Amino acid sequence: MEKIASKTLAITATKARLLGLDAVHTAASGHIGGSLSAIDAITTLYFGVMNVDPKDPKNPDRDRFVLSKGHCTPALYPVLALRGFFPIEDLKLFRSIKGHYSGHAEMRHVAGVDMSTGSLGQGISAAVGMALGGKLNKKDYRVYAVLGDGEIAEGQVWEAAMSAAKYGLDNLCAVVDVNGLQIDGATKDVMPSEPLDKKFEAFNWNVIKVDGHDYDALLKAFEDAKACKGKPTAVLMKTTKGKGVSFMENQAGWHGKAPNDEQYEQAKAELEAKLAELEGK
Amino acid sequence: MAGKIATRAAYGEALCELAEKYPELVVFDADLAGATMTKGFAAKYPERFFDMGIAECNMTGVAAGLSTCGFKPFTNTFAIFASGRAWEQVRNSIAYPHLNVKVIGSHGGLSVGEDGATHQCIEDFALMRAIPGMKVLCPCDGNEMKLAVEALLNYDGPAYMRLGRSAVDIVTDEIPGYKFELDKGAVLADGSDVTVIATGIMVQMALKARELMAAEGVSVRVIDMHTIKPLDEDLVVKAAKETGCIVTSEEHNIIGGLGGAVAECLSEKCPTPLVRHGVNDEFGRSGTAAAVLEAYKLTAEGLCEKIREALRKK
Repeated sequence: MEKIASKTLAITATKARLLGLDAVHTAASGHIGGSLSAIDAITTLYFGVMNVDPKDPKNPDRDRFVLSKGHCTPALYPVLALRGFFPIEDLKLFRSIKGHYSGHAEMRHVAGVDMSTGSLGQGISAAVGMALGGKLNKKDYRVYAVLGDGEIAEGQVWEAAMSAAKYGLDNLCAVVDVNGLQIDGATKDVMPSEPLDKKFEAFNWNVIKVDGHDYDALLKAFEDAKACKGKPTAVLMKTTKGKGVSFMENQAGWHGKAPNDEQYEQAKAELEAKLAELEGK
Repeated sequence: MAGKIATRAAYGEALCELAEKYPELVVFDADLAGATMTKGFAAKYPERFFDMGIAECNMTGVAAGLSTCGFKPFTNTFAIFASGRAWEQVRNSIAYPHLNVKVIGSHGGLSVGEDGATHQCIEDFALMRAIPGMKVLCPCDGNEMKLAVEALLNYDGPAYMRLGRSAVDIVTDEIPGYKFELDKGAVLADGSDVTVIATGIMVQMALKARELMAAEGVSVRVIDMHTIKPLDEDLVVKAAKETGCIVTSEEHNIIGGLGGAVAECLSEKCPTPLVRHGVNDEFGRSGTAAAVLEAYKLTAEGLCEKIREALRKK
C-alpha cells in the first residue's frame, strides 16, 4: 500500500470525530471520550494500513479489525462510514431502535464490523482466533485489535496474550489505547496497569510504544509490527482521552456521557475550525 | 452395538471418525484432553487441535474468532467450566453473533462422583437454555452421542452439549424405528398411563423404571429428550394428552433444566399433572458415582416413586 499523507489522515480523522460527536449527540448517549482517543489509530488502520474492500466486506483474504474496547463505536462506525462500508447518513441511527447501529460493535448487521464486542476482554480472544485461522488457512492477512488500558485489568486479556504467544501469531497486532482514564477515574488509581511494556514483553510479545495521535508514527509502528516475525505485537499508544475537544480532554467524566446542545455546538465549532485549518480554507 | 460406554468416550471416537469427512472441524481443550476424551483427536490431528491451557474464557473467545474464518470449532472442558466459568463468553462472543461454535461440557451431573460438588455441574442446562438461540443437548448413550456430533457438525450455529463421565448401557441402537433428529425427542418405549421424559443417563434409568412399573401394572411411555432446547413441544403435548401425566427426569437441578422446560410448555399449552425428578435444589457431594446417584435418589427406584406420585395426581 502506498504511504498515505499524514495530512490526509488528519482530515479524515477530524471528519470522523465530527461524525462521532454528532452521532453521540443525536443519540443523547454513547462513549465519546475513549472514541476520541482511539480514532486517530482506527483512521490510520482503515485508510493507511488495512487491506479491506467496502464492496466485499466478508472477503476471506481481508485484514481483520476487532474493537475489543467495543463501546468505542463513535470512533469505529464513522470511520467505517467514511471508508464506504455504509452510508454516512446511517450514523443518525446510532443507538436508535429504528436502526441496527447498536451501542457496542455488532457484526451481524453493521457492514465492516468483524466481531461483536462490548464485554471487555473478549475481543482480543476473538482476534487470536482470527489470527489462528489465518495461519491454518495459510493466508497472509493481519488482525488488529484495539483495547483500552482500563480493559487490561480483565484476566481474559492475559489468557489471550499467553495463547497468542504460544502459537507465534505474528499476524496479530494488539493496539492498546493508553489514555490513562477509565469510568471511575485515573487508571493508575482504579487498577494500575503499568508497566504495560514489561507485562507484554514478559508474555513474549513484541512491544512498540508510540504517540497515538501522530499519524506518521502510527504508520511506522504498524509497519514495524508487520516486520516482526514469530510473535505478536502490542502497540502501546499514548493518547489523550477526549482528544480534539478542549473541554473533554483528559476528563474521565466524558467516558460515557453525551454533550448537551451547548457543549455539542462548542465541540463542533472546535472540530470544524480544525478541519478548515487542515483543508487550508 | 450394545455394550457400555461413557458418552464422553463415544464423543471422542466420533471426533476421530468424522475428522476426514469434516475438514473444518477443529477441537479446543483446556488442559483436560485426557478426561474430555479429545486426546485421540489430538494425537491423530495435532494441527487441528489446540490446547489452550487452564483458560476456559479465552478458549471460548478464540473459538468464536476462528469460527468466523470458516472453521467449525468444538470447545471442550468440564460442564461446570464450559457453562459456568465461560458463560458470558458463550453468551456475548458466540451466541449473540450466532457463531458456529459447539460448546461441549463433559462430566455433567452428579455422576462425576468422587470430585464432589465443585465439579458436579447441575446447572448447565439452565444456564445455557437461558441464552437466546442456544441449542442444548444431552445424548443418553454412545450411539446417540455419535449421531448428535455429526448432526451438530451439520448445524450452522451455537450449541451446548453435555457429556457424561460414567459408562452407560447403549440402548438406542436396539430400539426399532429409532432415529436421531436434532430438536426432536425420541419415543423409546410406548405406554399409556404416564410418560417419563428423560435426558442423559436418566434415559436408561427410565427404561428400567418402566420395567419395574410394569410389574405394578402401570404402562410407562419413555421419551428420550436428547435436545432440551429447542424443546420438542409437540411430542410433550401429545404425551400429556395421551397419558394424562408426565414425569421429567434429569441429572440436573429441578429448576431451569428439562423439568423447567417441560413445565413451561405444559402450563401454557396443555396443563397436565407433572412431577420433576432431579436434584432438589441442593449441591452434590463426594462418593462413587453410583453412591452419589443413590444418595440423591437419581435411580430407577427413585424415579418409580415420582411416577407413583404423578399417577396419584391424575
